[in-house]
Amino acid sequence: MLKTLLSGDYPRSRVLSLVVLAIGISLLLAPFLYPGTKSLDTAAKIAIFVVLVASYDLLLGYTGIVSFAHTMFFGIGAYGTALTLSSMGPSFTAILLGMLAGAIVAAVFALAIGLFSLRVKAIFFAMVTLAIASAFAVLVSQLSGFTGGEDGLTYRIPRELTPGFRPIKEKLFGTAINGRLIAYYLIFFLSAFLFLVMLRIVNSPFGRTLQAVRDNGFRAEAIGYRAVLYRTTATVLSAVMAALSGSLLAIWLRYTGPATTLSMEIMVDILLMVVIGGMGTMYGAVIGATIFILAQTYLQDVMGVAEKATEALPLISVLVAPERWLLWLGVLFILSVYFFPAGIVGRLRGQGG
Amino acid sequence: MNREHPVLETRDLTIRFGGHVAVDHVSCAFNRGTLTAIVGPNGAGKTTYFNLISGQLRATAGKVALNGEDITRMSVPARTEKGIGRAFQLTNLFPSLTVRENVRLVAQAKARKGFDLFSIAENHVELIERAEHVLAEVRLLDKAGLAVSALSHGDQRKLEVALMIALGPQVLMFDEPTAGMSVDEVPVILDLIRGLKADADRTILLVEHKMDVIRSLADRIIVLHNGALVADGQPAEVIASPIVQQAYLGRDPDEIESAVGETANA
Ligand SMILES: Nc1ncnc2c1ncn2[C@@H]1O[C@H](COP(=O)(O)OP(=O)(O)O)[C@@H](O)[C@H]1O
Ligand SMILES: [Mg+2]
Repeated sequence: MLKTLLSGDYPRSRVLSLVVLAIGISLLLAPFLYPGTKSLDTAAKIAIFVVLVASYDLLLGYTGIVSFAHTMFFGIGAYGTALTLSSMGPSFTAILLGMLAGAIVAAVFALAIGLFSLRVKAIFFAMVTLAIASAFAVLVSQLSGFTGGEDGLTYRIPRELTPGFRPIKEKLFGTAINGRLIAYYLIFFLSAFLFLVMLRIVNSPFGRTLQAVRDNGFRAEAIGYRAVLYRTTATVLSAVMAALSGSLLAIWLRYTGPATTLSMEIMVDILLMVVIGGMGTMYGAVIGATIFILAQTYLQDVMGVAEKATEALPLISVLVAPERWLLWLGVLFILSVYFFPAGIVGRLRGQGG
Repeated sequence: MNREHPVLETRDLTIRFGGHVAVDHVSCAFNRGTLTAIVGPNGAGKTTYFNLISGQLRATAGKVALNGEDITRMSVPARTEKGIGRAFQLTNLFPSLTVRENVRLVAQAKARKGFDLFSIAENHVELIERAEHVLAEVRLLDKAGLAVSALSHGDQRKLEVALMIALGPQVLMFDEPTAGMSVDEVPVILDLIRGLKADADRTILLVEHKMDVIRSLADRIIVLHNGALVADGQPAEVIASPIVQQAYLGRDPDEIESAVGETANA
């Protein structure tokens, strides 16, 4: 049962098992363990980013493809759902259609990019994706009549997913049972499902072939695998997963704009999360996304407290001011790459110390 | 399979790199159940000839035919599926994967399971068994769980050969399989080649420098020199032939052995 669920790919380290379990349980019980809007927002964002980062790991870690177009696919999913919700009104049909449309458009784009450019050198492919993603972001901000431009789109979601919906009047463990809770669980379970699907894919014969293509594409061809087809399929699958996670974000935020989906900043964040967590491990996406988003959300708070506490010490106080959180995140990143070149998961599994 | 045609045939096969003709109008047919040794000094074009047959390089002119079918324009994986197997001169493995996984991937390719996305690879026990069977043949089973990067050079050479054998190809192309191996490791590979040769359905091409090896295994020798085929025939005949003696080696027969040995060490 557990083997089928995890596709036989266990964390293979006691600490890692405990950490992954702790993250899973925390997310599962988040509404009850950490009541409050900000913590529920954080939990939902972690769940969504686990999928997004895992889908990038499928590409970077398992297939060895460097792409800068991942936020484009994330955005395609988010805008797909945002557009159907804005135009069709707040219904589950709109959500379903939006997700489907986003996934299909992402798949078609990825297929085109893959077939046209995966034959060339890796560095050239990376450049092509960078150019396409930038062009796409410009296009989205220019077509403001359609996409809301830089302001993005704000829309309503089905009433059953909003705080106003109260199926039960009583509170459960001090937490109100409302539509927001339902929306959270919708996102949590869909994210968990998508993550497990990807865990299955990387442990399937196909996933093993991706690793062969990554390790030595030349030999993979010589034993009968058509490398370009595998690279292209991985690109398409990864794009579809990214688009689905984008749709989840669109549902949760009830807003979609360039800053929440398409920005280069998010692309860099995804890269950092994969590398910090550990490339080619899937579990690295869980750890990387959790640590990164927690740091992003709470580092500023912690630093605010630290700044107050060190008011008497001018230099230190300046260094720990909340505005410097990105600096500290950078330091954290450099340290983690230096000390854990195989990422946190690699480290916990006792490789690449 | 068409029995009228040789298993493998090249006709006027040629490749030019700029002005340099690396393989020059080589016409040669290889019959079922034979082992042909290909000799010639370094840079003669032996590896390039192999690359033209297995598809890593595209011919400038000429033809490659497998069982009478023209495969000159076919991709590498397509030729592999048709039954051409290749072991490389420079070890060419999947370095971050385990020894078992390297061979299992070949078994999986052969079973055409590469696009199976939703089953668990480890559950395909028959592929793992096939991999371990081949690993036992090359005496690597005790190292199945190691990462390739942890293997000695000799063991990597054995794995290189194992990857081809796991394909179960009709045509097996060995490119200096024992180069750089220690003396006690060489017999494992030679016994393996001898065993494959006993199977009358296989056609083996062997690039090798060691004359004693060639004499004990080959049914035929062809000599490449500056990309051209300069001699072709029974081992004893070729070694004694005037063209090899004068035009190519320019020495008397007893010295050939040491001459070829020197090229191997160079
Ligand atoms: N891809 C290539 N580009 C240019 N020259 C090549 C290439 N491959 C082989 N050659 C040249 O072709 C000649 C034959 O090389 P090779 O087939 O490796 O010889 P052998 O295997 O007999 O030692 C050499 O002069 C080599 O430099
Ligand atoms: Mg060579």
